[in-house]
Amino acid sequence: MKIVVCIKQVPATTAEKRYTSNLRLDRAASESVINPLDEYAIEQALRLQESGAVESVGYLSMGPDAAGEALRRALAMGGDEAWLVTDSALAGSDEWATARVLATALDRLAPDVALMGMASDDARGSLVPGAVAALRGVPLLSYGSELRVEGSVARIRRLTAAGFDIIEAPLPVVASVTDQVGEPRYASLKGIMAARRKPLETWSLDDLGLSADELQGAALTRVVEARKPEAKPPPERIENVSADDAATRIADRLAAWKVI
Amino acid sequence: MTYRLSDEQIELRRIVRELAEEQIAPRAAEIDATAEFPWDLKELLARQDLLGTAVPAAYGGTELDGVGQAIVAEEIARADATTSLIPIVQKLGSLPILLAGSDEQKDRFLPRLASGEWLAAFGLSEASAGSDVSALRTRARRDGDDYLLSGSKRFITHGSIANLVIIFALTDPSAGGRKGMSAFIVERDTPGFSAPRVEHKMGIRGSPTAELLLEDARVPAANRLGEEGEGFKIAMATLDRSRVAIAAQAVGIAQGATDYALAYAAQREQFGEPVAELQGIQFMLADMASQTEAARHLTYAAAAAVDAGAPDLAYLTSSAKLVAGDTAMRVTTDAVQVLGGYGFITEYPVERMMRDAKITQLYEGTQQIQRLVIARQLLRRAGVARSKTS
Repeated sequence: MKIVVCIKQVPATTAEKRYTSNLRLDRAASESVINPLDEYAIEQALRLQESGAVESVGYLSMGPDAAGEALRRALAMGGDEAWLVTDSALAGSDEWATARVLATALDRLAPDVALMGMASDDARGSLVPGAVAALRGVPLLSYGSELRVEGSVARIRRLTAAGFDIIEAPLPVVASVTDQVGEPRYASLKGIMAARRKPLETWSLDDLGLSADELQGAALTRVVEARKPEAKPPPERIENVSADDAATRIADRLAAWKVI
Repeated sequence: MTYRLSDEQIELRRIVRELAEEQIAPRAAEIDATAEFPWDLKELLARQDLLGTAVPAAYGGTELDGVGQAIVAEEIARADATTSLIPIVQKLGSLPILLAGSDEQKDRFLPRLASGEWLAAFGLSEASAGSDVSALRTRARRDGDDYLLSGSKRFITHGSIANLVIIFALTDPSAGGRKGMSAFIVERDTPGFSAPRVEHKMGIRGSPTAELLLEDARVPAANRLGEEGEGFKIAMATLDRSRVAIAAQAVGIAQGATDYALAYAAQREQFGEPVAELQGIQFMLADMASQTEAARHLTYAAAAAVDAGAPDLAYLTSSAKLVAGDTAMRVTTDAVQVLGGYGFITEYPVERMMRDAKITQLYEGTQQIQRLVIARQLLRRAGVARSKTS
């Protein structure tokens, strides 16, 4: 039984996001981390490996050279090997191009479960797990709060408004998990040291048998604008009026909002 | 010496800082208020392999270089000085075994210390033998295959919770402290060994500082480190190396206070603007930052000198401890000043940092003892006869 966790390197959550002139996220401008939601997928995979349900855990990422650092950090948490797909033709990839590349790499790696976080912290498209499953023609088990693999099936537990559903599908599958799977572990010092010796292979588009033409400039979509959320208007202040007048104005305002 | 941290050291700092910020910093105020040892954080540090950083891989340790060990102590101390003593004292108690232990003793004790299953402590100081180590009175009398240890120790960090304590005792009182002292590994369950009392302290309050009692405690001769009479040498060799960790702790405390004061000054408004816009505050912040940086570089240089086995390593380790300890005291005092009245109350962490900083000027040799060590090296270099105090 083999799991490949797909991870993405993203700017640190607290870092100020900067954009290049063509509205791509400037990834060199800020400290990078493993997408926090992917860390839950890593944790889930490692728990399955520790329980003996899974023999091997690998990591797959698509990104610039520096994304190799994210893979090393994942390997420091545990797992066995990693693959980085990097190619200058992939700069600015959208969800479609990302899914094409990951699906092709996963065809080659043939894991029983391709596991992902439920979304990335920077783009939040949440499309890649579904697109990869569709492109590979395998079932999708999405938004799991827990993943199990037994015999020839994978099973997730998904929280719903009414409680939870248990959904299963025959292997191989693509699955995505939420932050309910359990807190991601910290890499131990021995883990960090061991990670330096674990295999990390780099693939170009050529290596995957893909061409830049096929990927149509790596994106079907285009970001046309990137804007900070508008600042909230300052709160209304009621000052220098009598207590009665102030109370009346507050009551009127609450009535206008249909709160009272 | 390369003047840049390696990628591994930078990654180590990132990992330990993240762990300290997320898991240790939120506990610091409570640890200080309750003065209870944070056992859960000891388990956490053990799980992350941070308690065996001085121990070779063959014994289950992670064998970081000196700078790496300093980074671990520094980053934990930046969040909480008490918790930083867990790896620092583990190293202090392991060093005598690493430096003077037989292969059999290393096999027997180091794996449990490296994993953090056992805690170690260093039992040198006595009520009347602090800076004057050679005045110690604890005795060790040979009795067949054992020694009977009698006497008492004071100010022993983690003495009451350690699974083993390195006890220094006179095997030959007539030869005096320097020649007649020996070192023993005393396990906690040794009959006659007890820790009847812990001190009430102004800082590092979660770290138990114990008085130890030895009432004919029976210690097997197999637990003697080195030969009889080598105790003083072992103690000094240990302290010459271990005090780098105290320097690193002091740097961490200073950095924590600087970071907090800076963030506070950026958001605290007076006279219609953040106080960080005031030059009077800027000058204080600049002094705090640059002095901390200076202490850090001297500490790393001292750590590298220990790794290199430099003959005058004590010169650098004492200099680092002296400079870093004084820096921590000054910087934390200034941090309280930057926060004004808020700095003085326990709702904000800088008063705790100021109380914690004081110990770095006192333990593992007072600042005055560091000056004696430094001066002794200076005189030796200059070919001046050894002074009376050396």
